[in-house]
Amino acid sequence: MARCSWISQAARIAWKDLHIEGRSREVLYTMGFLAALVVLVFSFAFISGQEGTVGPDAVAGILWVAVLFSGTVALSRTFDRERESEAICSLLLSPVPRSAIYAGKLAATAAVMLLVELLLVPLLAALFSAAIWPHALWLGLLLLLGTLGLCSVGVIFSAALLRARSRDALLGALLFPIVIPVLLAASRATAYLLDPAAPDLDPALFWTRFLAAIDVVFVVVGVWTFEPVVTGE
Amino acid sequence: MLSPMPTARKSQARFLVGLLLTMHGFFVVPWLVANAPLEKTMGIVQKIFYFHVPCAWLLMLSTFVCAGGSLAYLFRGSERGDRLAQSSAELGVLFGLCVMVTGPLWARAAWGVFWTWDVRLTSSLLLWLMLIAYGLARRYGGAGGRRLAAAMALFAAADVPLVYLSVNLWRGLHPTTKTVSSLAPGMRLPFFFSLAIFSALWGVLLALRMRVERSQARLVELELAVEDAEGKSQ
Repeated sequence: MARCSWISQAARIAWKDLHIEGRSREVLYTMGFLAALVVLVFSFAFISGQEGTVGPDAVAGILWVAVLFSGTVALSRTFDRERESEAICSLLLSPVPRSAIYAGKLAATAAVMLLVELLLVPLLAALFSAAIWPHALWLGLLLLLGTLGLCSVGVIFSAALLRARSRDALLGALLFPIVIPVLLAASRATAYLLDPAAPDLDPALFWTRFLAAIDVVFVVVGVWTFEPVVTGE
Repeated sequence: MLSPMPTARKSQARFLVGLLLTMHGFFVVPWLVANAPLEKTMGIVQKIFYFHVPCAWLLMLSTFVCAGGSLAYLFRGSERGDRLAQSSAELGVLFGLCVMVTGPLWARAAWGVFWTWDVRLTSSLLLWLMLIAYGLARRYGGAGGRRLAAAMALFAAADVPLVYLSVNLWRGLHPTTKTVSSLAPGMRLPFFFSLAIFSALWGVLLALRMRVERSQARLVELELAVEDAEGKSQ
């Protein structure tokens, strides 16, 4: 049997998860619905008077809070399927590097989150008349980087919380303080991109680079800690 | 097999020296602070600085010591590292609470508001929240709680510079970090003495907390040994 490369092993794990998700669409639907609700809740809370819209700062904040909240749902389910019948043991016993398992899980969770974000951004554009089209590709890159940053930490915590009773409540409590820099960089960059009155896009470029640097740090720490975290006591 | 109770005289001597130093500091620091010169604009309010800054320094130190202990536990399985991480995280929460109480008090008196999104206040708050989250992970994390908490500590340590940088850039403020180096000569001695005494107090509390943890672990070992012996005799 031909030996699989690290990338193809990670891709197979991601494909397995996406395939199962594609059949049930459980996470996708609940996450998408929650993200849309978060946006609506913010609309009711922020919009007042006749004008009926909010500034780019608020739109960026709403987008990233919706991503964070709905992403927590996806992250809490990342290892849920492995919990049933102790499938995690089979996964860990398979001749695959642990880093490939981490990368596969990270890719699958990020893919589901990005799919929801793909629906979320046009919703924001429609509700708040946000100028998403002039820098659509850049915004897409920001969403990719921000999602990667959230997932790189979230996958580790989700794996470690596999057997905890209050894992759903704990995940958010542990994840949010750590990912504040991701949220800050992503929402700042998004606010500059969505602001038609911004004199130049240098700050957006700066925050995008900063976000990429945070991602590198988080992914390195994630790859490094995944093995000891999932290997039982 | 039961591990023998450590009888390291050296560590006991270090502990005693730390304890004496701390006790001595409790008398000397207030006297030094009371006799330090008054700051021109803030007056007596500025005296909180001698307690606030050492607490903030210990919050930071606790985070890195917690990460160091977690590293040893996660990659070498060191139980001592785990005890060190837990104890320093608890002390970090305690000294962080002191920062969160003294900071707003000082801010209210100096700036007229309890809270401002100043880079150091915000960074300290986030650091404190991370250490509280570490405690939550340990307590409610179930079977993998200790490993989860250790991973959390490593992420928190990696996060410290990122948080500081991001908050600094977010606020667009660049507060000078020369407060300590620009201290008047009369304020330096009380400040550095206070810093040393607070650090000694931290060391003493850490040693005590680790001793409690070690005793608890030994108690569990003994209980298991007794259960084993009872099971064999039946």
